Amino acid sequence: MHKRLLNRRLGTEGTLCCILILLCVVLTLATDSFLSFQNLFDLLNNQSVNIIFAVGLVVVLIAGGIDISFAVAASVVQYVVLSLLMNYLGGGNWLLGILLSMLVGMLLGLFNALLIHRFRIVSIIVTIGTFNLFFGLLMYFTSGVSIYDIPDWLYYSVPLLDLPAERGSATLYLPAAVMVVMVILTWFMLARTGFGRALYGFGSSPESARRSGVSAWKIHAFAYGWLGLCAGIAGLMQAHIVQEVVPNALIGQELPILAAVVLGGATLGGGRGSVLGAVLGVLLLAVVQNGLNLLGVTPYAFRMIVGLIILIAITTSNLGNLLPRTPKARNV
Amino acid sequence: MGEIAIRARHVSKVFGQSRVLDDVEFELRRGEVLCLAGENGCGKSTLIKIINGVYKPEPGIEFTFGDETLSAISPKEARSRGIHVIWQDLALFPHLTVAENIVFDDYVAKPWRPISYQAALTQSREIIQQFGLDLDPMARVEDLSIAHRQLVAICRVLRAGASIIFMDEPTASLTYKEVQTLLGITRSLAAKGISIVLVSHRLVEVLDVCQRVTVLRNGELVGTYPTEGMTQARLSTLMTGLELELTPRAKTHTGAPVLELKNLSREGEFENVSFTLHRGEILGLTGLLGAGRTELAHTIFGMTQPSSGQLLKEGQPLTLHSNRDAVRHRIAYLSEDRLHLGLVQNQSINMNTAVTVLPSLEKPRFFLAPQRIKALTAHWIKQLKTKVSDAELAVSSLSGGNQQRIALAKWLATEPDVLILDCPTIGVDVGAKAGIFDIIRDLADQGMAIILISDEAGEIWMNADRALVLREGRIDAEVIPAKTTEEALEAIINA
Repeated sequence: MHKRLLNRRLGTEGTLCCILILLCVVLTLATDSFLSFQNLFDLLNNQSVNIIFAVGLVVVLIAGGIDISFAVAASVVQYVVLSLLMNYLGGGNWLLGILLSMLVGMLLGLFNALLIHRFRIVSIIVTIGTFNLFFGLLMYFTSGVSIYDIPDWLYYSVPLLDLPAERGSATLYLPAAVMVVMVILTWFMLARTGFGRALYGFGSSPESARRSGVSAWKIHAFAYGWLGLCAGIAGLMQAHIVQEVVPNALIGQELPILAAVVLGGATLGGGRGSVLGAVLGVLLLAVVQNGLNLLGVTPYAFRMIVGLIILIAITTSNLGNLLPRTPKARNV
Repeated sequence: MGEIAIRARHVSKVFGQSRVLDDVEFELRRGEVLCLAGENGCGKSTLIKIINGVYKPEPGIEFTFGDETLSAISPKEARSRGIHVIWQDLALFPHLTVAENIVFDDYVAKPWRPISYQAALTQSREIIQQFGLDLDPMARVEDLSIAHRQLVAICRVLRAGASIIFMDEPTASLTYKEVQTLLGITRSLAAKGISIVLVSHRLVEVLDVCQRVTVLRNGELVGTYPTEGMTQARLSTLMTGLELELTPRAKTHTGAPVLELKNLSREGEFENVSFTLHRGEILGLTGLLGAGRTELAHTIFGMTQPSSGQLLKEGQPLTLHSNRDAVRHRIAYLSEDRLHLGLVQNQSINMNTAVTVLPSLEKPRFFLAPQRIKALTAHWIKQLKTKVSDAELAVSSLSGGNQQRIALAKWLATEPDVLILDCPTIGVDVGAKAGIFDIIRDLADQGMAIILISDEAGEIWMNADRALVLREGRIDAEVIPAKTTEEALEAIINA
């Protein structure tokens, strides 16, 4: 019971934060390089794509749905946007690139929303379908060929903050800033607007929301559209970081990100979860992986350990529900 | 008498071939608590939905608000005139806080305006204090009891400016004390000029608080009567059109002991419960909600293990590790939650009836014989006089009373010696209730030992040979209904 009490008082986010801080302290003491700007900036640079995906996904989970097509959707966005830019728009620029990515990503998300809403198919089935459809189309049209010829603006990294470090310098790049913007925007919409609260309400009880006049279509369109938009941006950022577009670069990312978001307190039942939780979930898994790396643990063990962490986290957070219930108040 | 808050005349509604409402008149005064009574399917819900604008009635209807007369009303118009309905499911958001639930309509009305949680808190506190309710605006609704959730729903409509509130079965899942609190709140709302319509099947409580009662039967208005001088029996007769006999079963001769409990305890649930159940006996087990009735039943049915004490069946000590053990020892338990636990709603009537005895219907082994399932179901449908058009249909297509017969059939198919019935008439009409109790009495007459759990004193008084009153997990009193009155039994339960 006290575990649940702890959870209630701190919230999932608070508990995650404590674990994350504890982990950072341990890693700082155990390794020389964990607490360095270089390492921390690397962590942020590397995780920004995952966090952008995660804040998009948490919106869908809160609304009571699920989407596993977003990572391949991001790959589709990369191909479509770059092909358009290189072939028709003379290479484009950052603004055009971001706008196009958002648009294409959103359209793919809306396609999911349309199927889920209009044909009343369960979201996991729809997105398993679109996952295969998107990836299949991508492989068919590209024949699996990567794009190495990307425009200059996308090729050269954009440093934001440069600090001198032991070896060379520690640099924070553009994707981290984009990530921060997406985090703040999503947080604001979910926590500070009526629409955001209505979205929680819809996830909590779709029928109650419907009777209160919440439009189910708007909720679905927003949730999947927003995830699509985030996926589009994340796709562009990923292409920017690796300086190429590989058709199967992102496939397989959907499940670890889903796991991180669930770790952050979202459930598949809807109504629960937060942007902060999603970010912390991604960071926790990233720090663990980073720590294992620094400690010299073989990378082959990473997945196993990440899997264990997710299982342990989810079972402990449910312990309260499994323990025998305290007797009901008798003197009601 | 106060002025008229709303009057609706010539209310009719036709769905396809059937006339659900036929020229009904409904009138509600300002500051009045009115009861809308009638069996399931009598048109209560249809009437409410017409008045709050959800259903379009047949032409000819006349709504009167003060001196204004309208011939139609839209949902929006109904709301703007302060008409609100609190449906039985309350339509709340379990993961949101009380305050957020109360102001939820703002979120929908102005979705893109930045919100302040502080403002929501302040506004909710105002409403809560104004009506003197006991609610924490910061609590999450999922952590609240049903009674408190109901208060949240009331606050929500009050904040939306409700002056006419319809409450659909508000007392259905409340304890006696909670019902009293709710009825007290209803009274104080009425004193502030708010008109309230209670749609309830708990006739006693409703008669206490309402000034008038409007009775519908088969889509027609039976009449509107003052509750002064109205008795439960007369109201039942008005609702069903049947004279129901109201005498206890009073059977003195019972057979050999079947089940014996010796100081049975389970930590935190019940303590030192001892009784002997005989063949052919109906033993009433009553007490307030939360007194440990269902918990005790779960232990007898092997779903939980006692922490001390002994269970004997026909003189032999009985240790049950699971409810499968219990079924093997011919003990059956009909759940109080028919909707979720008692029946698999979307499966067929055939499958629901056969589910407890599937292995015995396999011939050869591991191969289910559909015709055996059908034969079994047909047998019980006939035995229990169940109205079923096609046993292949989902069980959810049946009415409450008929569903309960299928739930009974599924346990009777196991040929139990001991049958535990946990609130067998929840969600069953007055008329259909009598039918269910006829079955139960017949079963006892044929020698089955029955434990009847119910919180309705009337049911226990009429059907049990002997009644045990539980309080805080202990047996508080043993009552022979034939030697006392229903009122006296009720007083003991609520003491």
